[in-house]
Amino acid sequence: MTSTLNPRFTFETFVVGAANRLAVTAGRTVAENPGSAYNPLFIYSGSGLGKTHLLMAIGHAAKAIASQLNIEYLTLDEYVEAFHAAIAAGQGDAFRRRFQNVDVLLVDDVQFLTNRKEMQTELLRLTEALQQSGHQIVLASDRPPAEIPDLDERLISRFSGGLVVDMGIPDYETRVAILRRKAEERGSKFQPGVLETVAKVEYPNVRELMGALNRLVAFQAVNEMPMNAETVRKVLGIPTVASSTAASATAAAPAVASPDEFSQFLTDVTTNVGKAVEAWRARVTEAVMRWQGEGYRTGRLEKLLEQDTPASVDEAIASYIHDVERLKALEAEVAVLDPQASGDKVFRDPDQMDEAEGAAAKVRDGAAPPPAPSGAFPLDAFVAGSSNEVALNAARDVIAKPGKKYNPLVIVARSGLGKTHLLNAIGLELAKKRNAVVACLSTQQFVDELIAAIDGNRVDWWRARYRRATALLLDDIQLLAGKERTQEELFNLFNQLVDADRQLIFTAPAHPNTLEGLEERIISRLEGGLVAEIAEPDKELRRSMLQRLLTQQHVSLEPALLDYLADRPIDSVRSLTGVVQRVIEAAAAQDAPVTAGLAREVLEGAPPPAARRTAGLRTSGIVVSSAGGVRSREKMVWDWPTSGDRVIEDLR
Amino acid sequence: MSLVNFTTREITCKIVYYGPGRSGKTTNLHYVYGRVPETRRGRMVSLATQTDRTLFFDFLPIDLGQISGFSTRFQLYTVPGQVYYNATRRLVLQGADGVVFVGDSQARQLDENIESLQNLQSNLLEHGVDVRTMPLVMQYNKQDLPAELILTPADLDDALNFRSVPSFPADALHGRGVFETLKGISELVLKKLATGTPAA
Repeated sequence: MTSTLNPRFTFETFVVGAANRLAVTAGRTVAENPGSAYNPLFIYSGSGLGKTHLLMAIGHAAKAIASQLNIEYLTLDEYVEAFHAAIAAGQGDAFRRRFQNVDVLLVDDVQFLTNRKEMQTELLRLTEALQQSGHQIVLASDRPPAEIPDLDERLISRFSGGLVVDMGIPDYETRVAILRRKAEERGSKFQPGVLETVAKVEYPNVRELMGALNRLVAFQAVNEMPMNAETVRKVLGIPTVASSTAASATAAAPAVASPDEFSQFLTDVTTNVGKAVEAWRARVTEAVMRWQGEGYRTGRLEKLLEQDTPASVDEAIASYIHDVERLKALEAEVAVLDPQASGDKVFRDPDQMDEAEGAAAKVRDGAAPPPAPSGAFPLDAFVAGSSNEVALNAARDVIAKPGKKYNPLVIVARSGLGKTHLLNAIGLELAKKRNAVVACLSTQQFVDELIAAIDGNRVDWWRARYRRATALLLDDIQLLAGKERTQEELFNLFNQLVDADRQLIFTAPAHPNTLEGLEERIISRLEGGLVAEIAEPDKELRRSMLQRLLTQQHVSLEPALLDYLADRPIDSVRSLTGVVQRVIEAAAAQDAPVTAGLAREVLEGAPPPAARRTAGLRTSGIVVSSAGGVRSREKMVWDWPTSGDRVIEDLR
Repeated sequence: MSLVNFTTREITCKIVYYGPGRSGKTTNLHYVYGRVPETRRGRMVSLATQTDRTLFFDFLPIDLGQISGFSTRFQLYTVPGQVYYNATRRLVLQGADGVVFVGDSQARQLDENIESLQNLQSNLLEHGVDVRTMPLVMQYNKQDLPAELILTPADLDDALNFRSVPSFPADALHGRGVFETLKGISELVLKKLATGTPAA
């Protein structure tokens, strides 16, 4: 169904002249950045002026740059035929899918859309689908969209929304260049002046020009003698005087056999116009058309055209281009931070650079980095032991090679065994790397942020914020249970980050596959990395933890005290901290040193009520529990009746 | 009128043939008309009396097609030469990009030539145009007449061409010098275009 690209039709064999320069430039741009520069690109010109050549050249060039691209060239008729065949076979949907997966679609002879309502609808749908998925569509026609009879308004506006360029009849110089190139390709040599004579004939299109050349080549081959300008005229039937349109060579020339005065005059004028126009104005005009085509304001350049003799045209154009490049960079930067702001037209006017910079700075400020890991959990404060060896080693590997070794890393542990500490510790280490943006937060916060973003209609911005992250660390992933939208967002984010080799770390209270309320696709992804468990601390670990805790509190390390505390059946780091805190408070209350005996008294006997009451209350009279924070107003009153106080203590 | 329109990519040159009555301005246009291929020329508009004197003006549009991406058009005008049509002359002169002064080479017409040249200068001034900035060429027509009746181009240059603009001896009736003159003026007009000053 699809035609293959003719290997001869490349940009290299395309002769560029003033009449088609814009179209060729646009074509090259499209081939280099399919889907992003001009989409759709609509090329129109009379028959035989190189539409098909240009279309195929775009295909070739795009393929040469990115060989994996799926490129299709076909004429509208082929498209219609294929569509009808597909409909007849009941494969309409498959047909649509097939074309929607084309990266660069080249459609020729679009003018045949006239009177084909259903094809217009189909093409409209296809164009929209391709545009949305960032795929390029290039169309060629023999007239501009608005002049195709009976064409749907929506299609006209679609087509005009991209870039519409025309290719004119090549001028004399281009015709000479085409003839020389083609003669060379055919290996034919002509006497000087011969090709120039042919070029002077204004054939309405290149195809007829080629026909004339073919006749010359054939004639010269048969006669085995080089032709001169005179024989060329005879062979091609060019009248000696004027009346140059070969097609209507009605020999209407006046009887006077003078040299072709008009042609000479024309040549003269052409040279003069060339000198005049191809000078700076042409360069400026070209720049204006190019940047207008890309959607930039060109006021500055247009002002240049109004001047008599601007001093430094090239510098002005260069500085304009420089500004446009800066705008592009700003827009790209903003697009990452806040896709909604990137369409702002302030990024399209190089005459208002300051405002564009300002707008970009605003977006930059607005896009706060995602929540960072807490500085309260440094890695060297994490006490290593055999129970958390696996997790700690995995953490070290991740820090050494983020995104490469274990991705994602899931730290599984019961509450109070140091998951959060380890998570934040890894985050802190990762954040030390250059250009690192580490997002480290609790899953609850993640959910709340998303809700706020949906509420404020800033989901794009929210997403962009996390997409920037070089590592994403989520604490307590089980809280995702039942939050479908967040799971959806996390799923997408997950895939993007993993694809980009960015590290993901999660914590969970149990093995992911035992967590309830999580979607299968999330679970399987969590399982795909490394699941490292932290077990309950053994005596060894409890001992080293105690050492650290007691040292921090400036308590002398009595072996008996250490042994006693380490032997207590404590199953989590958090309760260990709590125990130490209680003993120290009791000691402070009694104004006695911390000893094994005191500890035993505090932990096994009933804790003296005064112990807690007096701790740190000399200034405020408020008891702040070191383990749990302030949970109720009642606990803040320090001379609360002992019995009630104790009830609350038991509940804790 | 703008000489070059960069947005629509058009070049339009308005060239006015100026000179005393019966010096051969319309003849110039007729000759050009006869040499331009049909597809290139518009209808030549000529408002003339029965005795073939230009009453209002002649107008000949020539389409030169795409040149360097610009669709290029020349518009050739003549003015009525008789002294009493000055208002018309002034009107035709408005917006001209170049002027061809067609002089009559006959010795007895020298005063008319000078008078017309002065008239050209004052009419241009009326439009706020300095004759020195206007692209101008001289054509000494009727050089085919017997030598005893006419002045040589050198004499005419001495008498008329004190600004030393390009001058062309011509025989408009038979075509000698017609296209040379046209080329001469178009070169000047386009050269001026290159410096970027659109004619008024």
